[in-house]
Amino acid sequence: MECVFGMVGKGFALVVADTSAVNSILVHKSNEDKIMILDSHKLMGASGEAGDRAQFTEYVQKNVSLYQFRNGIPLTTKAAANFMRGELATALRKNPYMVNIVLAGYDKETGPSLYFIDYIATLHKVDKAAFGYGSYFSLAMMDRHYHPDMTVEEAIKLAEQCIEEIRSRLVVAPQNFVIKIVDKDGAREHSWRRTTKD
Amino acid sequence: MVLSLSRSLGHNKSHRLFLPLCFNLCSIQLCISKITDQMSRRYDSRTTIFSPEGRLYQVEYAMEAIGNAGSAIGILSKDGVVLVGEKKVTSKLLQTSTSTEKMYKIDDHVACAVAGIMSDANILINTARVQAQRYTLSYQEPMPVEQLVQSLCDTKQGYTQFGGLRPFGVSFLFAGWDKNYGFQLYMSDPSGNYGGWKAAAVGANNQAAQSMLKQDYKEDISREEAVQLALKVLSKTMDSTSLTSDKLELAEVFLSSSGKVKYQVCTPDALSKMLVKYGVTQPPAET
Repeated sequence: MECVFGMVGKGFALVVADTSAVNSILVHKSNEDKIMILDSHKLMGASGEAGDRAQFTEYVQKNVSLYQFRNGIPLTTKAAANFMRGELATALRKNPYMVNIVLAGYDKETGPSLYFIDYIATLHKVDKAAFGYGSYFSLAMMDRHYHPDMTVEEAIKLAEQCIEEIRSRLVVAPQNFVIKIVDKDGAREHSWRRTTKD
Repeated sequence: MVLSLSRSLGHNKSHRLFLPLCFNLCSIQLCISKITDQMSRRYDSRTTIFSPEGRLYQVEYAMEAIGNAGSAIGILSKDGVVLVGEKKVTSKLLQTSTSTEKMYKIDDHVACAVAGIMSDANILINTARVQAQRYTLSYQEPMPVEQLVQSLCDTKQGYTQFGGLRPFGVSFLFAGWDKNYGFQLYMSDPSGNYGGWKAAAVGANNQAAQSMLKQDYKEDISREEAVQLALKVLSKTMDSTSLTSDKLELAEVFLSSSGKVKYQVCTPDALSKMLVKYGVTQPPAET
């Protein structure tokens, strides 16, 4: 029941993820941050098998840092996305990572971008993306209300509408959501949408 | 993509050293069996030991070998990089359309000029090409020029530190363009050191060529002026009395009008015309 979705606006990209950590019928915690900040201008929302999620996202983040230390320049979002896809593809026929990722980044030359990377190493550059059961609702909502070059306020409002839809229509809906944003000033946490305190 | 080398050596007093050396994605594995004899007193017969003065003789001898090879000059201009090489093998029978002696393309945005032992150069050029493609496979972007040079130099350094294999007897001049630093020129030598240069020379008489370049190089030199300077300097440092287009190779790396990186080797005819135009050779006399 993990929900991750994202969209691109005017000069920024947004990723929203639920914050529940669940094991069968038990909710371990409702403030698990599933959106990792890869570097100054990249965000990665991940959903899937909890152990794989942590392992893979940390591995990617450390490799992105290593590249920057070695070469003095950061990876572009496209390069990072392709690197991730390559790692997933290599592991796929041996020991697959069960992780789905929405990667958002901002590059000076090309602006904001969003990548959909699923656990079988599909890579798509997109304007809006979603994973999980929540995707049925959030994608539908975004298809209806998304338009290119939205402002931050419009995008947040659309994200809230998606969250509302997930909360009201998904049978075991996650309690809390976190919204993170990346723009020319960097990647940072934007806000939370809580129904329960943890 | 695996580049693998294996070699076994026998010394008269030592055990047989079996040294398989395999390169794969960013890792080098090595096995050495123990040597039980006394160390030979001549420090230069082993690549992997220092002399008492702190020198690596094999590396220096490799650079000596390059000092006898055909020279190459590279000049960085604001709208491109120029590479000129002196050909040692000149014969009417040589197939010039299909074979190049000095200039090689590594990737769409990087090319190099070579000075030294050609067979060694071929190995390294292939390694560089594989590294460039491996990067593009991972990141779907062209490999930044400095990273390519660094990666190749790391390979070269391996041969000065372990394995017991001799260093490569080649120096390179890399010319390329990337979006981070624009046009770049790098020189690398058998030790695995490299540097970014505005103008550089390798091969025979490179000291003389380098000092000439230092005098005449201007900061905002254009590509055409750079070609002129390179041809002038090469003609002065080359041993041969007259310079003709069949003794030279000229290549340029620049951006085409559509913004893509172009690597162009000059045709012999165009080169002859240029040599005359810049006053490097006399126009052909009627005999």
